[in-house]
Order: sequence, then structure tokens, then C-alpha cells
Amino acid sequence: MIRRLARSLCLPLALSVAPLAPAPLLAEEVVAGLSQNRIAIDTTFTGSEILVFGAVKREEPIAEAPPLQVIVTLEGPQEELTVRRKSRVAGIWVNTDQVDVDHAPSYYAVATTAPLREVLTDTEDLRNSITINRAIRSVGATIEGAPSFVQALVRLREDEGAYELDEGAVELAEDTLFRTRFRLPANLREGDYRARIFLTRGGRIVDAHETVVDVRKVGLERWLFVLSREQPALYGLLALMIAALAGYAASAGFAWLRR
Amino acid sequence: MQIYLPIAEVSVNAFLLLGLGGIVGLVSGMFGVGGGFLITPLLFFAGVPPAIAVATGANQVVASSVSGLLAHIRRKGVDFRMGWVLLAGGMTGSGLGIFLFNLLSRLGQIDLAVQLCYVVFLGSVGMLMFQESLRAILRQRKGPQQLPKRKQHGWVHRMPLKMRFRASGLYISVIPPFLVGLGVGVLAAIMGVGGGFVMVPAMIYLLGMPAKVVVGTSLFQILFVSGFTTFMHALTNQSVDMVLALLLIVGGVIGAQIGTQVGARLKAEQLRILLALLVLAVCGKLALELLLTPADLYSVVPKGRAA
Repeated sequence: MIRRLARSLCLPLALSVAPLAPAPLLAEEVVAGLSQNRIAIDTTFTGSEILVFGAVKREEPIAEAPPLQVIVTLEGPQEELTVRRKSRVAGIWVNTDQVDVDHAPSYYAVATTAPLREVLTDTEDLRNSITINRAIRSVGATIEGAPSFVQALVRLREDEGAYELDEGAVELAEDTLFRTRFRLPANLREGDYRARIFLTRGGRIVDAHETVVDVRKVGLERWLFVLSREQPALYGLLALMIAALAGYAASAGFAWLRR
Repeated sequence: MQIYLPIAEVSVNAFLLLGLGGIVGLVSGMFGVGGGFLITPLLFFAGVPPAIAVATGANQVVASSVSGLLAHIRRKGVDFRMGWVLLAGGMTGSGLGIFLFNLLSRLGQIDLAVQLCYVVFLGSVGMLMFQESLRAILRQRKGPQQLPKRKQHGWVHRMPLKMRFRASGLYISVIPPFLVGLGVGVLAAIMGVGGGFVMVPAMIYLLGMPAKVVVGTSLFQILFVSGFTTFMHALTNQSVDMVLALLLIVGGVIGAQIGTQVGARLKAEQLRILLALLVLAVCGKLALELLLTPADLYSVVPKGRAA
């Protein structure tokens, strides 16, 4: 536990030093916490809520302008996806074009203190992949109009509640304390969920902090998942046995009832 | 009550799944079809990813066919000898079908091939059965002035390798049933179904088997084909969801028992016309999907999956 905590604190900091080099004039630092560091997916899992909260640490008095803003992102494990488009061929609808997306998070939520345009410049967004569109990477898409495929992916995922941009969802008090909530959907994939917190002034990033939420299946869910991956033959046989036994039990049961 | 499925990684209402299993089990017990052609679209509708739906559907078919088969054995409605011949053909066909499936996957048009297969076969089988059973019902309404048709002695009866199928009251060559099994096996592998909806009419019209052994014998062959399919899916794609399967099975085995009872009370012609209507309804729905402008032109699938 301690080692994990240490890793989750040190690694992102080491990584973020180079691109995020905070402006020396505005020496403000994020100190943040999560309501929970792990989420257990059991059979009755119906989604979860995570509270991200923290404070801004500073040595000097609060600068007046530009105003301090906070962006919080929560990102699920990466997936490789294919987005397909249908078109009409000889009267029937067929998948004709497709674009491979190399990295798309299975879940992605962005919460901010104000409209994103006021909070973040494009350059900073590009550098840190903060907005949803930047978080999806598709290289080598040769089809004409590949961006429309990525847009379609974002739209479909937003409809499912897997991608979300919530401007104004971060509450910031006295330019020091902030908090926001993420509602994680029931269709959650297991893996490491990365939470990032950015402080910005005038669209430029002042400081950043990163931490990890561990989303894991537990109990029966874990056991079945591991068995299906590590002992697929055994898993298959077990599935067949259960099916055959259930069929036999039902048949025998009904025969007994009729007697 | 929501339940999280460990392999599908989605959360679905447990009672919905029990209900779906029940409906498919009912159909399975009544008509002797595995119900694979029903369960896959229904699961997809419930929000289960297609690859998981196909594999887990096959697992559910195993349970409902065991349940149905045992009920039919008790009523002596299974021609085991015929079943083994059909099964030998079915396994051969299944291997051929998997080869074809991979070939089409490489060409990138497996989705279309599967959909067209569904529409063409469900459509033609449904129409044929509907016509024939309607004629049979009308003939009965007119009264008994016409004698029931004698068994035809066509090309089927002139082939070599004759074998006596006592339960079916047939003395025919093993080649036609083997070929029927083969054809169904190919279709089953490509379409991801047990193939009962093709098998049942083929046994009645091509092989001339009596209606009372058709359903049980069909279930016998479906049990093995769907068991094989389940195992292969678990082994190669890891796409069988046991929690999902269990819920479908509990609904399904009960449905299958009720279905067998209902089926035993209906006349063979009525049974066939109902199955024909069901097959045509599924076919119609799939045909509409191909013809109507889809609600969304785009779809997202995991990379490297066929479905």
C-alpha cells in the first residue's frame, strides 16, 4: 500500500517535470486527495462516485489576475478501437470505411472551474492532452475525413456516459480549496484510472498533480475473469458442465413435479 | 436488480436476462431449435457486446438442449442412430464453416456475409415451412377425403450405404442425412447458431422423418454442435461469460420444460406454422436493418474483432 502510494506520487511528478515546468513567478502548488484510491467491482456493482479534492499551497499572497482556475481529469485504461462507417451499396447498408484508433481511454471525464476556452490555451492542451479530443490518438489514418470518425467516437461515448466534459463542475473556494465529483458508470472496465489536476492562470498551466485510482474486480468476478484468461480450456469445460447440469436438473425437477 | 457481468464488463438487469433466457428456452422446447438465432440479437439489444453474445448464447443453448433432449428421450422421441449420422456430418461441416469464416474475415466482409446468410436462410426456410404447413392445415379443414401422402421413393432411396433407422421408421442411405448435417454444420459455424431452424425442416422434408422424432433428434445434434462452439469460443476468444450464461440458463431450462409441454399439445402443422412465423419475423427484422438508413452511420468496435 505504502509502496503503491509512493509510486503514484513519485512517478507522475518525475514525468511531469519536463513538460510542465511551472512558471517560477507564480509559485503555486497543488495538494490533492481522492475520496477513495480503489474501487472494487463486485457482482452488484452499479457504478461509483469519486470525490477529488485539494488545496493550493503557496508562499506568497494570492495573485489577483489572471484568475486561478482548476482542471481535473479522470481517465480510464487505454483501448485500441476501430470506428466504422456504413454506406449504401446496391441498396443495402454495409460497413465500407473504417479508421483504427490506437489509443482511446475507456472512460474520460474533464471537470473545470469555468468554460474550457477561458481556462486552457490550445498549446497547453496539445502538450498535456487534456481535452477529450486530445486524449484520443489515431495515427496512420489514411482515409479522407478521419477526424469525423474521431468525432463520431466521442459523440457515441458521450451518449453512453463514458466521456464527459463538465465545465464549471469544480468548486474553488477562496482561490485555495477545490473539489469536484465524478460519477463512474456501471459499465466500468478494470484497470488504473489516472486522475490529473491542473492549476492554470491565463490559460497557462501553473502546476499539475497526478494520482491513480485502482479499479479492480473482486470476489467471484475476479475469480471467473482470471480463470477465463489463464485456464481457458478449464473455463470452457466448467461452462459446459454447469450448462449440462442445469439442463438435467430442470428436466429431472419437472419430471418429479408431474408425478 | 442490476448485475455486473465479469467478462462482458457491463452491468445488466438480472430479471431481464432471466426473461430472455425463458423466452428462448420456451421456443427451444417447443420447436426443437436451439434458439441461437434469437438469443444473439436479443442479448445485443440488452447491451451485451456482440462477441460475448454469440459465445454465451451458444453456452445457453447447451443447457436448454440438454433439458429439452431429456424430456424427449423420456417420450422416446429421439432417433439416436440418425442423430449420430447427422452429428458426424455436422462436425465435418463445422470445420469447413470455420475455414470459410476465416477466409471471409480476411476479405473484411464477414459482417455482411453473416447478415446476408441470416436473411437468405431464415427467409427461404421460413417461407417454405409457412407455405407447406398452411397447405397441410387447409387440407385437414377440408376433411379426410384426401388420403395422406405416401412416403415418396425418390432419389433419396436409391443411394448406396443403406441403414435402418428404426425410431424414424426409415430404411435409407446414410448419405442424405450426412449431407444435411454437413450443410447445417457449415451454416452453424458461419452464423454462430446451432442450426436447428434449418435442421428441423430438412429432416421433415428432405429425409421424410416422422414429426415425433424430429424435434428430439434435432436437439441431440444441437447439443453437441453448440457444446463444441462454446468450448472453442472459450478457448480462443475468452468470450463466454459464465454469470451471463447462468442467468440465461436458469430462465432457459424452465422455459424449455414448459415449451416441451406446450409443443406436445399442439399439432405438428400448427407447430411448424408458428416456427415459420417466428423465423420470418427475425428475418424481417434483419432485412430491415440492411435496408433502412441506420440511426447512426458510425459504430465502435474493439480492434481486431470480426463482430
